Amino acid sequence: MNLQDLYRHVILDHSQRPRNRHALANALAVRLLNPTCGDEVTLYLTVEQGVVADASFEGVGCSISIASASMLTEAVRGLPLSEALVLSRAFRRLVQGEDADVTKLGDLEALSGVRQFPARIKCALLAWNALEQGIRGEPDEP
Amino acid sequence: MNDPDRRVLRDDFPLLARSSHGKPLVYLDSAATSQKPQLVLDTLDRCYRLHNANVHRGVYELAAEATDLYEAAREKTARFLGAPSGQQIVFTRGTTESLNLVAFGYAMPRLQPGDEIVTTLAEHHSNLVPWQQVAKRTGARLTFLPLLPDGTLDLEAAEKKINPRTKLVTIAHVSNVLGTVHPIRRLADLAHRVGAALVVDAAQSVPQRLVDVMALDCDFLAFSGHKAYGPTGVGVLYGKREMLQRTDPLLFGGEMIDRVELTDSTWKDAPWKLEAGTPPILQAIGLGAALDYLSGIGMDRIHRAVQDLTRYAYVSLADLEGISLYGPGPGTERGDLLTFNLGDIHPHDIATVLDSEGIAVRAGHHCCQQAMRWLGVPATVRASFALYNTRADVDRLVDGLRKAKELFQA
Repeated sequence: MNLQDLYRHVILDHSQRPRNRHALANALAVRLLNPTCGDEVTLYLTVEQGVVADASFEGVGCSISIASASMLTEAVRGLPLSEALVLSRAFRRLVQGEDADVTKLGDLEALSGVRQFPARIKCALLAWNALEQGIRGEPDEP
Repeated sequence: MNDPDRRVLRDDFPLLARSSHGKPLVYLDSAATSQKPQLVLDTLDRCYRLHNANVHRGVYELAAEATDLYEAAREKTARFLGAPSGQQIVFTRGTTESLNLVAFGYAMPRLQPGDEIVTTLAEHHSNLVPWQQVAKRTGARLTFLPLLPDGTLDLEAAEKKINPRTKLVTIAHVSNVLGTVHPIRRLADLAHRVGAALVVDAAQSVPQRLVDVMALDCDFLAFSGHKAYGPTGVGVLYGKREMLQRTDPLLFGGEMIDRVELTDSTWKDAPWKLEAGTPPILQAIGLGAALDYLSGIGMDRIHRAVQDLTRYAYVSLADLEGISLYGPGPGTERGDLLTFNLGDIHPHDIATVLDSEGIAVRAGHHCCQQAMRWLGVPATVRASFALYNTRADVDRLVDGLRKAKELFQA
């Protein structure tokens, strides 16, 4: 068990200085809770012609869930919804310790250390669960 | 009991010899569940090998042995709590089931719209959610005793809150999140003055301090075997004799019946009418062994020792820059746990750093979301202490917290 694998520099950077942490007007909003720890993420997406025009989030959580949400908002901006779903599936495989196509994941690969910490996988996936729920059309008003 | 004594007690708990992530395990989550002494493990092993049979039915020698051991565990539990008779002890699955039994078996049939159930906002979910349901189904109201900023009860306000509409007051003896020790006897007097019953969640107090149901004058008291150094799967509901008589069974079937006709049946007396089906036989016997173990050391001695350790931990943690310790401060009685945050590091991150050092603590809302909202934090870290913990464990905790501060630059 190596803490440095989990808390890589890029993760600490995103958790301490989260990107796009604000509400988004006229956006699709999905709020998800992690009932075991009280973490809470609201993901905002604006979609234009099937492409993610903008993404942001609000919420409270541990460094892993905040960094993951912050990186998500950067990663999905400009992606067609279908590609955002592909990215989400690749990320899910990565943190769950399955073979994943890391070529498209970029900085998100830094969260792979979560694999060694089973209790923290759900922290890394909270924002991504919100993304998939939003795209699949099960919105949950904040 | 000084620290060297505690190191000897530690040897009674085989699990504590293991390591975690390559480091000697420091177990600071006994408020969630305690580790088990060798005496309990030996008792379970011996009973499974030699005395296993169903209770209350067989005529053969083995069944009589199992029944005697099971009923002896009931008597031991009664003596441990200072209850006059074993017939005032119901074996359940745990505190949650015990409290549900009071809520649905005793309270629900007698509550009317407008009646009040009084509790606090710092209860474990197991002493809140059942009452929410009972209130919804009966039209009774749930009201909350105000807490002072340190989590202790505002007794003056409590005197007004417990009024003639109050039918039941239900409260933890020791809070699992704030560590507050509530004045149970005083609350019993306030409740009885208006004809209300007092229910005590003693899950955190029975393992660490002398609990005497006669001195507390409570009507019901619940605790779990697994937090009291016994097996999982068994809990206790103590009740005053007439209160248990007035409690309806929630489960029906074998063991609990007296006479069964085609369309109706009659029950045994309490406590057996409240124990339908095959009870947790071996678990109850194992709990009896755990209570023997505690009595052998002496609850006064255990209480003093763990309190001493908790005070040492409080002072040690209070020295850390950026720490927020919740609940009663020094000079006010508190249970054997500390709930805290460190700077703006999320409790999960703290717990993960501590885990990497072999230190087990709880991080989250501790089954107490409403208390987290009251504290104004989403989550906290909790370190809880038991008779096997030592000052060296606390020192390792402090070192681990320093490491977390370093990593997160808090």
